[in-house]
Parts: sequence; structure tokens; C-alpha cells
Amino acid sequence: MAERPSIRASIGRKPGGALLGVLPFFAYTTIFLLVPTSIVVVGAFLDGKSRPTLGNLSALGQPQIVSAFMNSVLLSAVTAVLGAVFGALLAYAVSTAREGGPLRRMMTSLCGVLAQFGGVTLAFAFVATVGFQGFLTLWLQNIGINLAGSTWLYEPDKGLMLVYTYFQIPLMLIVFLPAVEGLRPQWREAAESLGGSTWHYWRHVGGPILAPSFIGAMLLLFTNAFSAYATAAALISQGSPIIPLQIGGTLSSEVILGQENIGKAMALGMVVIVAVVMTLYAVLERRTSRWLGR
Amino acid sequence: MKKRMARRSAVAALAAVTLIGIAACSPPTKTAGSASTGDVKAASATSAAGLGGMAALVDAAKKEGTLNVIALPPDWANYGEIIKGFQAKYGLAVNSAQPDASSADEITAAKNLKGQSKAPDVFDLGATVANANTAMFAPYKVATFNDVPALLKDPNGLKVGDYGGYMSIGYDAGKVPAPTTVADLLKPAYKGKVALNGDPTKAGSAFSGVVMTALAQGGTANDISKGVDFFKALKTAGNFLPVDPTPATIQSGQTPVVFDWDYLNVAQGKKLTGTMKWKTVVPAGAVVGGYYMQAINKDAPHPAAARLWEEYLYSDEGQNLWLKGAARPVREAAMITAGTIDKAAYAALPKAVGTPVFLTTEQNDKANAYLTANWAKAIG
Repeated sequence: MAERPSIRASIGRKPGGALLGVLPFFAYTTIFLLVPTSIVVVGAFLDGKSRPTLGNLSALGQPQIVSAFMNSVLLSAVTAVLGAVFGALLAYAVSTAREGGPLRRMMTSLCGVLAQFGGVTLAFAFVATVGFQGFLTLWLQNIGINLAGSTWLYEPDKGLMLVYTYFQIPLMLIVFLPAVEGLRPQWREAAESLGGSTWHYWRHVGGPILAPSFIGAMLLLFTNAFSAYATAAALISQGSPIIPLQIGGTLSSEVILGQENIGKAMALGMVVIVAVVMTLYAVLERRTSRWLGR
Repeated sequence: MKKRMARRSAVAALAAVTLIGIAACSPPTKTAGSASTGDVKAASATSAAGLGGMAALVDAAKKEGTLNVIALPPDWANYGEIIKGFQAKYGLAVNSAQPDASSADEITAAKNLKGQSKAPDVFDLGATVANANTAMFAPYKVATFNDVPALLKDPNGLKVGDYGGYMSIGYDAGKVPAPTTVADLLKPAYKGKVALNGDPTKAGSAFSGVVMTALAQGGTANDISKGVDFFKALKTAGNFLPVDPTPATIQSGQTPVVFDWDYLNVAQGKKLTGTMKWKTVVPAGAVVGGYYMQAINKDAPHPAAARLWEEYLYSDEGQNLWLKGAARPVREAAMITAGTIDKAAYAALPKAVGTPVFLTTEQNDKANAYLTANWAKAIG
């Protein structure tokens, strides 16, 4: 620290300038991350009259909340696996295209857009396409295939899974493409010159190298789906089958009042699950870095 | 449609933020001329007689000159005409703030603007919000207080039911056969077509929809399990449509059958005249009522005007104006007996056969507990 000021002075910066620079970031994370998280954590242990209680946590044992947690985990896990598998295949296909070529540039920018294309707009896109009055539904009706009356789009284990997968695949491509690009052609050549087949290469070289980042990306997809709210809220208006909708219900219900703190306890439950997943992600991340020699 | 927004938290949150913004920008608190002895007296008056009769109340209100109302859309239950009628009759100015706000926003506004001359004088609230905030109300009994059914009012007049309606089934007569009973909706003709206005654990109208089906299926106000069973059967039959109906989904044909309040379904039908035959039926023997509540802000900047407004709303004139907006005024029964009801407007309401059922607070709590535990399971 002793010699730092002179260096700073020589490049014309005021002492503390660097700290000043990150101040907006700290202010931002404090207001939008730390404060809300502490409100949630503290609120989860308070009753309606701000007295400490464990009642909110024990309320998490109610069957509808337990099943919402299970649905959420299942939905996130299935769409994460589907998204990861298809996204990884897509990423590999893209990585074989010429670097800087139009196909590759188009795919990556397209996926950049699609990965963020969630929420109400995405739900509306699906409703307008395959909903009851969706243009595809009506068009199929015209050629004699009647899908009218089926509510599959509004079921958490069918429509919601499809819609979630729709934004998971492009996200997978974006996060997984750098790992696939990290595979050096020399490894393949080395494997081949030693007499290895394609299977041998993937089984003993490519697979093990990609596995940590593949699983890491899958965990990211899991949390991405786990925390999504708007898409589900726009599609599903009955029964709050997943946990973000349950939390929304505790805050917006005009029928059952005073359950805000149970909502906070549910949010705490989500924080715990995400913390577990993120810890796994961090561990894997460390392994990946070692493998790729970064 | 202010009350339907109550469950749209985003809208409520936005409005709350806006309100805080407004409150923060307001000039320093100016206590509205509550110094005069007349106002002090009006603020504690629990009836017009307590102020020395109706004439004295009118005088005191005229002295205040203004009434602040909130969350009264001009096209909702005919409020536009009611406000005009009140202004014409008593010559008071009416400040109508945030016409599209929700019930919860009204309470928030009263808290944020407390002590300021812009604070709302009176509230028009959904029953749940009214029950949760009685500490903010001033007790007052209008002259016609005794005409209001006991279940729909606080005995001291802290909050009094004002207008409302019955749970009904709205349907597109061009697309589905007319349902005569709730059980009809289980037929294949209604496959994927029946929607409930919201989730009953969140929205008041959907909650009443479940109570109504419970009564229609032989249940009681004490036990709504038959209503939940009905929706489960509806779901199994593939008829239940888990879409939140809005005027847009009705108009586009996405939700051809909708459980909602009769005045909302009737208003929908009026709006769609010419494009769609949207009809409304109240199932026989399953009449569930839902009424909004009037209350006076105990910190009202214009206490006499607030009380005069209540007198006007509960007069025959005010009640008939609500009726004109297809809402059922709370003094309906008494006015029919007295022959003072607007007969043409009354005849235009959907027919309701059977005694209207209103849930008591205990029945409400019981039904809520049952729904919380069973609704998601039934339709999941």
C-alpha cells in the first residue's frame, strides 16, 4: 500500500478514485440485492406484529407449498436438462461453423436475443400461436385438425415446460459455446494419431473436459428457470402451482390477508435452494478453469 | 375497472410508488380548516341528528365546500352520474382522485396524505380490505341505516355495504348452449370453455364463484367443499379453462363462459352489443352476493361533506343511480317494499331466484382455509 499513492499520482488519479468508481456498483447491489435479501430473511422470522416467530417456517410444511416447491424444482430440473442437452448440441454445431462467418454470428446474436425473450411477451407469443384463438390452432382447424378445447398450454407440466425450454436452449448456447470453442483441434488430432476413434475422443478427451462446464451451465439454467416469474404468471392463473407464483399470491391476494411473511419464508426457501445450486456451480467452475488451463 | 385491479399487484405497487412520490412532492402539511367548531363537531358526529339534523349537516358541508373522493371510475356502477348528481344537489365541489386505483390504494392514499387537505374523505372498498382497516374509519349511521341488511354492515356504522351484485355465469350465446344450472357446464359442449375470474385464493370474485358452485351443488356457506369438487370435476372433464378472463379474452372468444359478478357480465354484454351475444345468468338457488363497503376516513379533511355524501348515496336517489349502472343497491329489498325503486332499471338486472347468501366473517375464514389447502390440488 505504501508505494501505491505515488503510482496513482504519477498517472494523475486522485487517491480513492478506484473506490469511488465502484461506489455506484456497491450502492446498486446494496439497494437491489442486500436490502431486499435482508428484508426477506428477517421477515421470514417475524409474525404480523413484528414479533419473532418460527410459524412462517413451519407453514412451509403445508401441502400446497411443499408441492409448489416440488413442482418448481421438477420444472427447473427438466427444462435445465432439456435446455442443456439441446443447447449443447446446438453449440457444438455452431462451433464447427467458420469462426466469424455469417452463420455463427447470426446464431450467437439470435440466441442472445432469444435467451432474454422471456416473460409476458414470450407467454403472449405462445398464446397467440398455439392458444385457443392462436393462428396455428385456427389454421390447423381449417385443415381439419381440431385442437380446440385442450388446455395443455396452461398446464405447468406441459405448456410451461415447453415455454421455459424455449428460453433455456439459447441461454445454454451462449454460456456453453466458449467451452466448446476451448476444445483444441490438436487434441482431436492427437487422439486420432494415437489410433483413437471419434467415440474414444469424446469418451476420454472431449467429454471429460466439457463435463464440468456442461453441468455448470445446467445448474445456471436450473436457477434461471427456478426464479422465473413473469412467464408463468402470464400463462397460469389458477392454483399457483410453482413457488414464485405462491409467493406472488401471498402478496397480492385480496382474499387471504396477512400472509406476507409466509411469502418471505418461501422466498428464504428459494434462496437456500439457489445457494446450494450456486455452491455446486462455484465448485465446478473451479474445476473447469483448471481443465481449460485458464 | 378499479376493483378487478386489486389483485394485479404490479398495478397496485406502481400506484403506491406514484402515491409516495406525490406525497413527497406535496407542499408542507396544511391542515384543512378543521379549526372551526362546526368541523370538530362534524368529525365526531355519528348521525345527521347528532349535528342537529339534515339541514345543519348540509350547512356544515357547504361551509367546507369540497369533498375528496378516490378510486371512483365514472363508468363503474354509474359513479360519473352520482358525482354529478351530488354536485348539482348540494353545490359542493368534488375532487375525484385516482379513479382507477384499487381498494388497497385508497387506504395507502389515506395514510400517506393524512393531515393534508387532499386526503380522501370517503372510501369505497372491497369487503376484505374494509374489514382489515376498520381502525381508519369514523362510525356514522345514515338516515336509512336500518334498511341495510345486518350482515352487510357494522352495527355502529364503521363500514356499511353500499352496492354489489350476485355471482353469475356470463356466456357467449353464439358459441355455447345456454347453461341453466351450474352442473350443465360439465357437458361436452363446454369443453375447454369455462373460466373463473381469477384464482379463488387471490381474487374476491373467483372466491365467490366457488361459493356459488358449492351452493348450486348442494353445499352450504359453511362447507364449500362441493364447489371445489365441482371445479375438480370440471377440470377432469377438460372443461375448465385456466385462463384469467378479461374483456379482451371475452371479446376475442378465448373465454366463452365466465364466472363473474353479474354487473360486470352485464356491462360486458352492453359493450359487446352487435358483435357478440354475451348473456348473463344467475343460477337458480345459488345466489351469492358480494357488496362493496362505504366508510368515512376518520381523518377526513371535510368531515361534514363526507357525511353528507354518505346520506346522498343511501338516499333513494343515490341507490337508484347505482341501480342504473347495473349494480344492486344495498337497500334493494326495502326500496322494493316501499315502491321507491327504479322499476325499469331493476327489471333490466339478471333474474335471481332464491335467497341471496352472504358469508359471515367466520364462514369466510373457514372457506379461505379450505381453499388454501385444497384449491391447487383440485385443479392442479
